[in-house]
Amino acid sequence: MIRYSETHEYVRQEGEYGFIGVSDYAQKQLGNVVYVDMPEVGDEFEAGEEFGAIESVKAASDLISPVSGEVVEINEALEENPRLVNQDAIANWIVKIRLSDPSQLDGLMDEDAYRAFCEK
Amino acid sequence: MLARCGMKELRDLYSDVPDELKLKAPYNLPAEMSETEVRGFFNNLAKDNKNISVCFAGGGFYDHYVPAAATSVIGRSEFLTAYTPYQPEISQGTLQYIFEYQTMMARLTGMDISNASMYDGATATAEAMMMAVASVRKRRRILVSATLNPAVRRVVDTYARYHQVEVNTIRELDGATDKEHLAGLLDTHSDVAGVILPLPNYYGIIEDYSGIADMVHARKALLIMNCIAADLATLRTPGEWGADIACGDAQSLGIPLSFGGPYLGFLCATKALMRKMPGRIVGATTDDKGRRSFVLTLQAREQHIRRDKATSNICSNQGLMTLYVSAYMSLLGTAGLREVAYRGHQTACYMLQSLTAAGGCRLKYPDRPFLNEFLLETECDIDTFIRRCIDEAGILPGIKVGDNCLLMAATEMQTRQNVDRLVEIYRSL
Amino acid sequence: MNRELYGKLVFEISRPGRRGYRLPDNHMEGNPIPDNGEKAPAIPGTLLRQTPLSLPECDELSVVRHYNNMSNNNFGVDTGFYPLGSCTMKYNPKINEEIAGHPMSAASHPATPAYASQGNLRLYHTLQRALSEIGGMAEFTLNPFAGAHGELTGLMVIRAYHDSRGDTGRRKVIVPDSAHGTNPASAAVAGLEVVEVKSRPDGTVDVDDLRPLLDSTVAAVMMTNPNTLGLFERNIPEIARLAHEAGALMYYDGANLNPMLGVARPGDMGFDVMHINLHKTFSTPHGGGGPGSGPVGVRAGLEQFLPNPRVEKFTESDGKETFRLTATETALGSISATLGNFAVQARALGYILSLGSEGLMQAGPLATLNANYVKECLKDDYLLPIDCICKHEFVFDGLKDKSTGVTTLNIAKRLLDHGYHAPTIYFPLLFHESLMIEPTETESKETLDDFIAVMHDIAREARETPEAVLSAPHNTPITHPDDTAAALNPVTTFDQLN
Repeated sequence: MIRYSETHEYVRQEGEYGFIGVSDYAQKQLGNVVYVDMPEVGDEFEAGEEFGAIESVKAASDLISPVSGEVVEINEALEENPRLVNQDAIANWIVKIRLSDPSQLDGLMDEDAYRAFCEK
Repeated sequence: MLARCGMKELRDLYSDVPDELKLKAPYNLPAEMSETEVRGFFNNLAKDNKNISVCFAGGGFYDHYVPAAATSVIGRSEFLTAYTPYQPEISQGTLQYIFEYQTMMARLTGMDISNASMYDGATATAEAMMMAVASVRKRRRILVSATLNPAVRRVVDTYARYHQVEVNTIRELDGATDKEHLAGLLDTHSDVAGVILPLPNYYGIIEDYSGIADMVHARKALLIMNCIAADLATLRTPGEWGADIACGDAQSLGIPLSFGGPYLGFLCATKALMRKMPGRIVGATTDDKGRRSFVLTLQAREQHIRRDKATSNICSNQGLMTLYVSAYMSLLGTAGLREVAYRGHQTACYMLQSLTAAGGCRLKYPDRPFLNEFLLETECDIDTFIRRCIDEAGILPGIKVGDNCLLMAATEMQTRQNVDRLVEIYRSL
Repeated sequence: MNRELYGKLVFEISRPGRRGYRLPDNHMEGNPIPDNGEKAPAIPGTLLRQTPLSLPECDELSVVRHYNNMSNNNFGVDTGFYPLGSCTMKYNPKINEEIAGHPMSAASHPATPAYASQGNLRLYHTLQRALSEIGGMAEFTLNPFAGAHGELTGLMVIRAYHDSRGDTGRRKVIVPDSAHGTNPASAAVAGLEVVEVKSRPDGTVDVDDLRPLLDSTVAAVMMTNPNTLGLFERNIPEIARLAHEAGALMYYDGANLNPMLGVARPGDMGFDVMHINLHKTFSTPHGGGGPGSGPVGVRAGLEQFLPNPRVEKFTESDGKETFRLTATETALGSISATLGNFAVQARALGYILSLGSEGLMQAGPLATLNANYVKECLKDDYLLPIDCICKHEFVFDGLKDKSTGVTTLNIAKRLLDHGYHAPTIYFPLLFHESLMIEPTETESKETLDDFIAVMHDIAREARETPEAVLSAPHNTPITHPDDTAAALNPVTTFDQLN
């Protein structure tokens, strides 16, 4: 199951875990991604809290966590090659968190709703 | 031209400005002057200054030899009258000298990287503080040694007050940072983002910081060192002490005193902190014909893109002064910088021995080593001493600290004869 | 320039043992030292530098040639026309360089006692007074080092003012969405939260959008007037009245002060605090990114919050004027270790004295005339989204003919081929293809006409042979540097290059 926020992050749920990244729409808007600023494993975030940033040559955007939880893994491949985000934003998630309240996903947009949101 | 704009007179260009806002009379300022008159005006102002040709005052800013070649290259108007190098195709000159500057500063401080300058040493230290707060999540406390230059401390305190950062002072013990007190503060507070230590300290003392980096890093805080740039050619560097950020003023690298500015703040850091650096950074790349090229890089950190989320609000900095410093270091090289430091030390030692031989004064902290600046404790009336040195010999003997101390510095610019004259006045008090 | 010969980094021309200096003899070697005095403590080896320092080793001629050749790859106001919007790239008169290097100040230590530096302090005070007159303010401080530093200082003044009244709940700054990015960044550094107010289609602040934002949590309204589109905010008296009624102060960003010279003063518009960029309005050179100077002025009643130290004039009992450094407890604190960029201040005073009252009165209107002239001559080929009188600058939204595929970036780069600096591009953010032109008052009609002709040529090229514009620049020292590679794998020192 994948859900989107209005700040263009997604969360893909797998059991008690959520994989968070930026949407395909967001990566297109940013252009060539040159850096992803990631938190550390063990950091905890509330929904709506900033957990990092993503930068292209001429733009930068904060990463806002759509859900609450504790970081259990970061996608280290992005440290070496941040452009993976441009290649496939969904496969190349940024952080994996242990969801503290999976019901928060219900308040987010599904794919159709998000597509409509982007077209507005 | 007015006709082309569909107007009759200049005032038509301001028809959108409400009349009640408009100036009713010319500025109450003098009438225009010719170049000759302007020159005369400033020459007259100069006469109101006392003639001081020998400067033993330091406190972070030193009277060093300024090579004529350095003055000459910074006067090139292609450098002087350019804007920030936003168009790299026609700004390779500016970009290249900043790249050279970044390299020299990184080597001098023993750090990985440098930015393209800050305003001065005090604001660079305040920016280092904000950088530490931005780098260490959810911590807003900074520990500052009591031995840091008070002029720098005042600026750090001001930035901290408005930026919601708590500053605690690490006590001093016989003129040096009290390591046990630092350890205690780190134990008491779990929210320390950074620790600021001076190199050398305000009294000119070269402190021993053994073990401090480990202590600070064990608490996941950053170690920041405020340095006098020229001294790092000789002293153990921030990099060698294990610092995360080195900052301070680079005036000592060939920039004229100019009554306080323009000087040059520097900010260097480990590679891990690169994305948290405030200010401009130049990077190397290649162009479409494979030529080595330089561009402003990592701009996504900066105010014009990040707006209120930027690391800092700094835009224009002290660009041209990095050229001064690069040219100075290119002319002197390592040997020159070390010779400058050696001569300053030699003259400072001679001054200390001569003054103490005259009696009534002593080194305030007798066991603490110094390079070219020391704090002299004396029974004499310091105000009278300063005034007589200036009026009778054109010598600025130092900076008064407290009621009975004088902070004195020497560089390669003062001679044995200058010291002897100073001592002669001291003896006659 | 021969790139093979002269395109090297200084580290590549270095040769072991070369030197470009000779220090004066201090007459210490071989002379006795009084042995009855106190000896300096020895410096332990562990406190000395452990790793060798590698710096260039060069003779003087190599260094001079190295930098002079680099300067040939640089473009300054002295090289050619520099219509960079919002930067006020006016001519920097040469007499001011002479003044800045005056031996009086060049060798003057900032800790010199006030009685011995009366000339320097008088210079500072004279400029402080002149700026107060021009800004319509009660007092100025010249301590801030740059425009952004001035903004920060001004916002701190505002916070100190509210705090002094126990009004500590004011943490918001209202900033128009068209503002320079520095405004929100400065607010954030000063611990304030930014609230954006929308622009109307003509680019001025929407008073109806502003009104509901003003409440007891607002510390200040920060504005640039004329705004970043070069348009005068006609509603400024109304905006100031609303802000003051809500207990907020009005902050004037002096980035665009130049066209107001001789016309109107920020103090008379209702602003309480302002900064001036001496490197814009008062012609001090930009130096490739500084040093600048950003003096801050305040209206009567706010002087006590200006940063320490201040320079004040006193009249002695014998009627003689003296200048002293003062500091107060009510001040916001200190924002600099010294009195700021003194040599820059000296240049600005030189400029003010050279122009005099009458000259300054003309500067603003002539800057505005030049801008309107260029605008009127080019609006047939370039899209002018807001067609009205502008002040010192105006913004095109790219070419009028959108079918060519030529962007603002292409136009900017093509101008470089023709020997002009590019205008400011992609700012303000209100339009997709912003191209912002500010000619300044120091350019002649002939220069403007040449520029206009080139801009028309580029528009024609875009229609007829767009490839020439799309692939520009062609004859600059470098072409199309790879920004992405630079940001992806940053190489910021020579040591990382190898």
